[in-house]
Amino acid sequence: MGGKGIRIEGLRKRYGQGDTAVDALKGVDMHVAPGEVVGLIGPSGSGKSTLLKCLGAVIDPTAGRMVLGEETIYDDGWQVRDLRALRRDKIGFVFQAPYLIPFLDVTDNVALLPMLAGVANAEARARALELLTALDVQHRARAMPSQLSGGEQQRVAIARGLVNRPPVILADEPTAPLDSQRALAVVRILNQMARQYETAIIVVTHDEKIIPTFKRIYHIRDGATHEEAGEGRGFD
Amino acid sequence: MISLAGRDILHAWGKFVFTGIGLGLLIGVTLTMAGVYRGMVDDGKALLDNSGADLWVVQKDTLGPYAESSSLHDDGWRAIRAMPGVADAANVTYLTMQVRRGDGDVRAMVVGVAAGEPGTPGWPPYLVAGRQITRSHYEAVADIATGFRLGDRIRIRRNHYTVVGLTRRMVSSNGDPMVFIPLKDAQEAQFLKDNDAILQSRRRTAQNPAFDRPGVPGLLDAAIAAQEGNPFVNAVLVRVAPGYTPEQVAEPIRRWKRLTVYTRAQMEGILVGKLIATSAKQIGMFLVILAAVSAAIVAFIIYTLTMDKIREIAVLKLIGTRNRTIAAMILQQALALGAIGFVVGKITATFAAPLFPKYVLLMPADSVAGFLALLAICALASVIAIRMALKVDPAEAIGG
Ligand SMILES: Nc1ncnc2c1ncn2[C@@H]1O[C@H](COP(=O)(O)OP(=O)(O)O)[C@@H](O)[C@H]1O
Ligand SMILES: [Mg+2]
Repeated sequence: MGGKGIRIEGLRKRYGQGDTAVDALKGVDMHVAPGEVVGLIGPSGSGKSTLLKCLGAVIDPTAGRMVLGEETIYDDGWQVRDLRALRRDKIGFVFQAPYLIPFLDVTDNVALLPMLAGVANAEARARALELLTALDVQHRARAMPSQLSGGEQQRVAIARGLVNRPPVILADEPTAPLDSQRALAVVRILNQMARQYETAIIVVTHDEKIIPTFKRIYHIRDGATHEEAGEGRGFD
Repeated sequence: MISLAGRDILHAWGKFVFTGIGLGLLIGVTLTMAGVYRGMVDDGKALLDNSGADLWVVQKDTLGPYAESSSLHDDGWRAIRAMPGVADAANVTYLTMQVRRGDGDVRAMVVGVAAGEPGTPGWPPYLVAGRQITRSHYEAVADIATGFRLGDRIRIRRNHYTVVGLTRRMVSSNGDPMVFIPLKDAQEAQFLKDNDAILQSRRRTAQNPAFDRPGVPGLLDAAIAAQEGNPFVNAVLVRVAPGYTPEQVAEPIRRWKRLTVYTRAQMEGILVGKLIATSAKQIGMFLVILAAVSAAIVAFIIYTLTMDKIREIAVLKLIGTRNRTIAAMILQQALALGAIGFVVGKITATFAAPLFPKYVLLMPADSVAGFLALLAICALASVIAIRMALKVDPAEAIGG
C-alpha cells in the first residue's frame, strides 16, 4: 500500500495563456513518506489549492513529475488513463467543510466509495464501520449528516477519505471550522491513521492551533516550496 | 451499489410527494380530457349500435340524419323494404329539444320510432325498467340519464307523454339522453305550429283565389289538410338480411330510389370524422398544452433539485463517481416524479370521470400511452439538469 508515499518534482502550473497567463506553481518539490503527516502553509494566492488540485488529478499540471506510491502518475503528462478511478482508489480527500452527502446516512457516506469501486454493499459497509469505529463515531453510524456535530461530521469525512485505503490523503483546511480542542483531535486522528494505514497525508492549513503539531512543514510562496522542520509537538 | 436517486427521494420525500401531487392533478386533467374524447366517440358508436340499423337511408346528398338535417317522405320505406336483401326498414325522426317535466326541463334527443314490435330498427334494443311503447300515442321510453322515472308525465311541445320504460346509455352523438316516442307524435312535434299560426295559415289559404274555387268543392279542405300534416321523416333505418353485404343492399337503393345510403362504417366516419372532429382538435390542443406544461414543471423541479445538489455532485465527481451514475440519479428522480404524478393523476381521473355530465370513457390503452408519454416527457425534461450536472467541475469541491 504505502510504498513511497508522495513525490513531487519540478511541478509547474500555468493558468491561461499569453499576456494574462498566471504561473501558479513554478517548480514545486515535495516528498511525503508513508505514515507521515506534513503541513503545507502559505499566504492566500500562493498556490496551495492549485497544488492540491494537481495532486488530486482534477486539473492538469503544465509540467513536472508526480509519483503516488509506486506509480508515476504524471511525467510532463498524465501517465494514467482513468483519472476518475485514480481519484477513487489512490487519493482520499478531506475538505474544509465536511461535504457529506446529505441524503445518505453516516455509514453509506463512507461506504459509497468502495461501492463506487464495485465492492458489494455489505462488505463496503463493514469497511466503513471499521473506520467509523477507529474514529470513534460508530455510535452515529445510522444518523444522517445533518444530525451530527461539526467535529463528528469532520471525523466521518476523514473516514470517507480513508475508506479505500489510499496511499495519499489530501486535506484542505480540515480544521478551519473547529475549535482548538476539536482541531487538535482531528490532527491526532490524522496522525494515527497515517501510521495505522501507512498513508501519506498533506494538510493545507493556516490554522495557528495545529501548525506546531507538524514534524515537517512545506512553506509555499509565489508558487515555490521550501521545506522546514516543524516543532512536531504532538502525538507519539 | 445503493440507489442515490432513491435515497435522495426518501430524504426529500415531502418535496417529491407535493410536486408529484401537483403534477398528478395536471395528469388527471389530461387523462380526463382524453376520456372526454373517447366518451364522445363512444357516444357516437352507441348511437349507431342502438339504432339497430345496418344502413341509413337519407335525403339525397346530405350527411343526415345526425350530422345534417335530412328529410324524406314517410311513404318511401315500403319500397325500400321490398328491395332485395332488406330484412327490415323503418322510418325514424330525430329532434334535439328541451323536454319538460313539471317546472324543469331536460335537454334530450326525441326519437320518433315507427309502429311495430320490439326489434324494429330505431327501437331501443333493451330496457332497464318498464316496457316498450305499446300505444300509438303519448307513451315514451326515456334514458335514465334524463332523470325521468317510470310513470312520470313529460311534455314534448304541446303534448304530454307517460314514461313507460327506461333505457341506459341511449344517447345522441352530443351525449344528450334519448326519449323515444311514437313516430306520428314525433312528426307532429317536429312541425307543430301554435294555434294562432294555424289559424293564420288557414285564413291565408282560404283567401287564396287559387284554392277558393266555387266550382270545385272540397279543394280548399284538401289544400288545408295537405299543408297541416307532416309527411316527412329524417331517415329510413334498414336491416340487411343474412347473406347480403350492406354495400350489396345499399347500391340498388342509391341507384333506383335516388337517395343517399350510408353503411355503418361510413356513418361512423361521418360521426367521428365530421361531427366531433372540431371537438377532437380542441381536445388535442389541450393535450398538447398540458403536455408542455407538465414538461415545464418536471424540468423546473428537477433543475431546482439538481441546483440544490451542485456541491454534492462536485464531491461525488471528485471521489470518483461516474458521470453515468450521476446522470442516472437525475433521470431516475425525474422518472420517479412522473410515476408519482401518474398514480395521483390516474386516481384523480378515475374518481372525477363519473362526476362529468357527459360520458367520460377512460381507456386502459390511453392510460398506458399517457404513462409512456409522461416517462418520455420526464426523461426529456431531465436533460437540462443532467447537462448542468455533467458540467460541474470536480475541482469546485476543493475550492480556491
Ligand atoms: N482557475 C484559475 N485561473 C486563473 N488563475 C487562477 C485560477 N485558480 C487560481 N489562480 C491563480 O493562481 C494563483 C494561486 O491560487 P490558489 O492555488 O488558489 O492559491 P491559494 O489556494 O494558496 O490561495 C493565484 O494567483 C490565483 O489567482
Ligand atoms: Mg485556497
